[in-house]
Amino acid sequence: MTVLLEMNAIQKAFNGVPALSGASVEIERGEVHALIGQNGAGKSTMIKVLTGVYRRDDGKITFNGHDSVLTNPREAQAAGIATIYQELTLVPLRSVTENVMMGYEPKRFGAFIDWPAAHARTREILTRFGIDIDVKMPLGSYSTAIQQLVAIARAVSLDAKLVIMDEPTSSLDSSEVKTLFGVVRSLREAGVSVLYVSHFLDELFEICDRVTTMRDGKTVGCARLAETTKLDLIAGMLGRDTSEITEAGMTEFGGGTAKKGDILLEAKDVATGPRLTKFNMTLHRGEIVGLGGLLGAGRTEAARALFGVDPLRRGTISLKGAPAPSQPANAITAGLGYLTEDRKAEGIIPDMSVRENMTLALLPRMTKGGQIDRARERKIVQHYIDALGIKTADMEQPIRELSGGNQQKVLLARWLAIEPDILILDEPTRGVDVGAKREIQLIIRNFVDRGYSVVLISSEFEELVEGADRIVVLNEGRCITELTNPGVTEHKLVQALAQTSEASA
Amino acid sequence: MSTTITETRRKSVRQLVHGHGGIVALLAILLFNMAFTPNFLQLQTLFVNISQVATIAIVAMGMTLVIATGGIDLSVGAIMALAGALAPLIFLSEFGAANPALGVTLAIALPMLVAIACGLFNGIMVAKLNVQPIIATLILFISGRGIAQVLTNGNLQTFTNPHFSYLGTGKVLGLPFQGWLAIGIAIFLYFIISRTTFGRYVLAIGGNERAAQLSGGPVALVKIGVYMICGALAGLAGLIVVAINSASDAARNGSLMELDAIAAAVVGGALLQGGRAPIFGAILGAVIIQLVKYTLLANGVQDEVALIAKAGIILVAVYVQQARKE
Amino acid sequence: MLNSDAFDLRKYVQRNSQSVAVWIALLALIVFGILRYDNFGGSYNFGSFLNYNSMFIVIALGMCFVIITGGIDLSVGSVAAFSSVIAAYLSPYGLEVALPLALLVGMTFGAFNAFCIIALRIPPFIATLATMLGAKGAALVISGASTVAVDWGSNFTNMGMNKAFDLFPWSIIIVTIVGIALWIVLEMTSLGRTILAIGGGEDASKLMGLKVNRAKAFVYIISGGCAGLAGVILASGFGAGQPLEGVAWELSAIAAVVVGGTLLTGGLGSIPATVAGALLLGLVFNILNFENGRGTISFSAYWQMVIRGAFLFAVILFQTRMTKGRKSKGASA
Repeated sequence: MTVLLEMNAIQKAFNGVPALSGASVEIERGEVHALIGQNGAGKSTMIKVLTGVYRRDDGKITFNGHDSVLTNPREAQAAGIATIYQELTLVPLRSVTENVMMGYEPKRFGAFIDWPAAHARTREILTRFGIDIDVKMPLGSYSTAIQQLVAIARAVSLDAKLVIMDEPTSSLDSSEVKTLFGVVRSLREAGVSVLYVSHFLDELFEICDRVTTMRDGKTVGCARLAETTKLDLIAGMLGRDTSEITEAGMTEFGGGTAKKGDILLEAKDVATGPRLTKFNMTLHRGEIVGLGGLLGAGRTEAARALFGVDPLRRGTISLKGAPAPSQPANAITAGLGYLTEDRKAEGIIPDMSVRENMTLALLPRMTKGGQIDRARERKIVQHYIDALGIKTADMEQPIRELSGGNQQKVLLARWLAIEPDILILDEPTRGVDVGAKREIQLIIRNFVDRGYSVVLISSEFEELVEGADRIVVLNEGRCITELTNPGVTEHKLVQALAQTSEASA
Repeated sequence: MSTTITETRRKSVRQLVHGHGGIVALLAILLFNMAFTPNFLQLQTLFVNISQVATIAIVAMGMTLVIATGGIDLSVGAIMALAGALAPLIFLSEFGAANPALGVTLAIALPMLVAIACGLFNGIMVAKLNVQPIIATLILFISGRGIAQVLTNGNLQTFTNPHFSYLGTGKVLGLPFQGWLAIGIAIFLYFIISRTTFGRYVLAIGGNERAAQLSGGPVALVKIGVYMICGALAGLAGLIVVAINSASDAARNGSLMELDAIAAAVVGGALLQGGRAPIFGAILGAVIIQLVKYTLLANGVQDEVALIAKAGIILVAVYVQQARKE
Repeated sequence: MLNSDAFDLRKYVQRNSQSVAVWIALLALIVFGILRYDNFGGSYNFGSFLNYNSMFIVIALGMCFVIITGGIDLSVGSVAAFSSVIAAYLSPYGLEVALPLALLVGMTFGAFNAFCIIALRIPPFIATLATMLGAKGAALVISGASTVAVDWGSNFTNMGMNKAFDLFPWSIIIVTIVGIALWIVLEMTSLGRTILAIGGGEDASKLMGLKVNRAKAFVYIISGGCAGLAGVILASGFGAGQPLEGVAWELSAIAAVVVGGTLLTGGLGSIPATVAGALLLGLVFNILNFENGRGTISFSAYWQMVIRGAFLFAVILFQTRMTKGRKSKGASA
């Protein structure tokens, strides 16, 4: 086997923040190569650098024996790199044939699309994958799985040398996954290489030859799957040696110390869609319950269900014995707060001041005769700026000018200010520096110590293990098991994940 | 505490100058006129311009609120025509002639209610049916003026009614009534935007709708609210135009006003993406647009060339905004 | 069965429910008109109906392309007015000079729109609104704000006033040719498919490696060209360049496109259905005229705009229900 692709010491920064700092990957011809890493490890950036969507700052890419200087997706396609992105990048309103053939249609007289030939060609390609559908129907009228396979069919029809698959199975059921694996195997037999990005570790052992692990914008290891274990992979992603995972406390948290109060929030067999199919949880007064799991396990979906953002398809949620609210506004009135995972898209209002951002959820309770009680507003804002140590010039500074950690503290203050009984925190310390992280953890601890409750989602297992009193472990949209502190270690959580995904596979 | 406030004030002044090349443009136009336009510094000129600017400014303020939520309202001109057509129909009717006081009151109240209803319609289309604002407001843009013309059978309605005409020709402290009205509305809206929950939500929705929703903001209600305010102000402007002319022409009342209003709002510093509601900026924008028009006409440039100039202003203003955003 | 190329009528109707409905409505109205009014099917009404509506059809064709990409062109009416003035000035040199140059003028406005939208990234409705103002002003300036008489001695007026076979006005024949050409472009070429794909998802199209900017420039230039052609028909049919015409034409065009089933959000649209939509709108007013003539109703011309608005409203309601249904189906799948 010879090397098809070599990416060496790739550097890429956005606005001075490094996303990749010395990442390398090597893929052989006819190899299925896995790329894994936590959220934000740099996998997507790596792929986009390779396909010319982003321009690398430094580093070298050799593809098919040549230095690669791709600058846009079209050139990448022409060079033989086909990408199937995580979010489907096809056009659902157009027919299956168009989606497969777009830009490469068979022509008659050099100009006119030969539709019968295009349909026939599409049908032939799809049949190879064992799909028999009406190719003239709009792509959007088929299931996500079919759409996914059509995207792959498009890639294959372009005579790709390398097919990049970003989370290809995240929306497929088990029989569809089998079909997909068949396709991947036939690609390998045909000498096509596959770069396979997935969070479902079991899949990797079934289908991939080698695996490259990324963390914090760097590659931290490359191994043959036959010679590694799931525990090794998880440890690699988290940046720990398996032997190093100890019970020693490393955060400001101290879970397992809370005395249980009465039940505040209870979810029973909740389902909201394909990504959350069976979620169970109870939350007592004065308790932190963690939601554990890998990316795509359904943690954020669970949080959205609890806050009334997504309507329930099945199951029930009760809050203090009453049915749970079905709208964010009602949830807030009922004493819930929800710090979202995506600070930029769902959290801050960039051009508004720190003051206005902080009091957004509190507004309805801060009015006097239709007017905002400005004196009270200032008092509350100043209180939280001092209490949480928010570093800002003054409360009128636009929030976009603050650092990530301080933005996060403002958003935390937005929810603390409504004095909720329950805070749902989705990745509260993501993208903030170490100092701010410890401070945020302390704030959360203090909040709980005053008798309130928290649902905590974190991809950092040590934060979860040390912070939560109990951890509800999720996998593929279902609750698998529950771990109770004291006594939970990172090792145990990792093992639970490894076992549960084995059990479900 | 006091330092914070002076700090804030200093900052907002700086922002005002920095964010508004508009003020600089205004000064330039004024200087140019003083130097070259004959009779510019006369009271009559001021009156003419104030009475013209007031209608643009009133509509532009409503437009500014809509744009602040990330929307747009193309139907303002048609709503003006509709409101303007209804008023004379009411006070010229037999009932209106028999009860002059009640007639004029109704001639103002009913058209305003209709204008607000038009805004409600736009708001529901946008907020509840999720139709893009351009398309949603296109419906009334098309049919609103049509309804006005059907009501009047396309006739020009002329009248003499001093009470009603006060809206357009009255003077308070020597200055046109509608100028005071525009300033009063501006102060009121400024108060709404800066001091009330509603105003805060308007800016929050334009700044980040998802975040506003997840923070419990009544997004749909607030959106419907701004379209209703915009409709009401357009209706009022329609009445003023009719009052100025002592005649209602459904074909011309408010024609192309949506352009003037959008241009004034954008020149005044409103971001098309939403999140900013410079109410006094809208007045500034209206003044600039009116003065450009006046300058060209007063210096013998054809009316038609003024149209091209206006097109240029709109493009430059949006482009500058877009470029600054990136 | 699934994979047969044979025409499946039931499926076709299912997939194109709106355009099928438009065609049926169009046929029904024609039958109704012929049965109810004496001169409805006569060659005079037929000819003048087609001649008058050929302008709206061709503008709707260009608009259809623009809307399919998810954009909008509000400048078409003013551009048509400008082009009618240019064509009138050029009429002494004959149709063979006036027509191409007026088309070129229209396309230039389209190119300016494309430049503002693609290079300056100004939102389409703002860019084309500005062009609408600018073209209107320019038309008034070069015409001195009054109509410009054409040269009756040249062959210029043939296009708008003469008929082939005593039945089909030349204007509608030219518009038909343009329509067929655009139809072929949309259905049979990569460019056409790219235009459809952009409306369905601009980012996805870029990631597929399609030439998005080129296709977007194309649609605005085509829309300008169509407006230019409409201007020539206008000048030729009325014997004068009309700088004051074209008001609200963009709305008629948008209404026709939407009635024809093109999604306002883009990605879905058809040329024949757009023509049907334009004809349907025209026919409604034609029939109202006949009713007025019989004295059964007295609809003033002003009802036109009200009815257009009502049409647009009904179609938007229909479309939102359709797309909602589609979305929820997609989510549950």
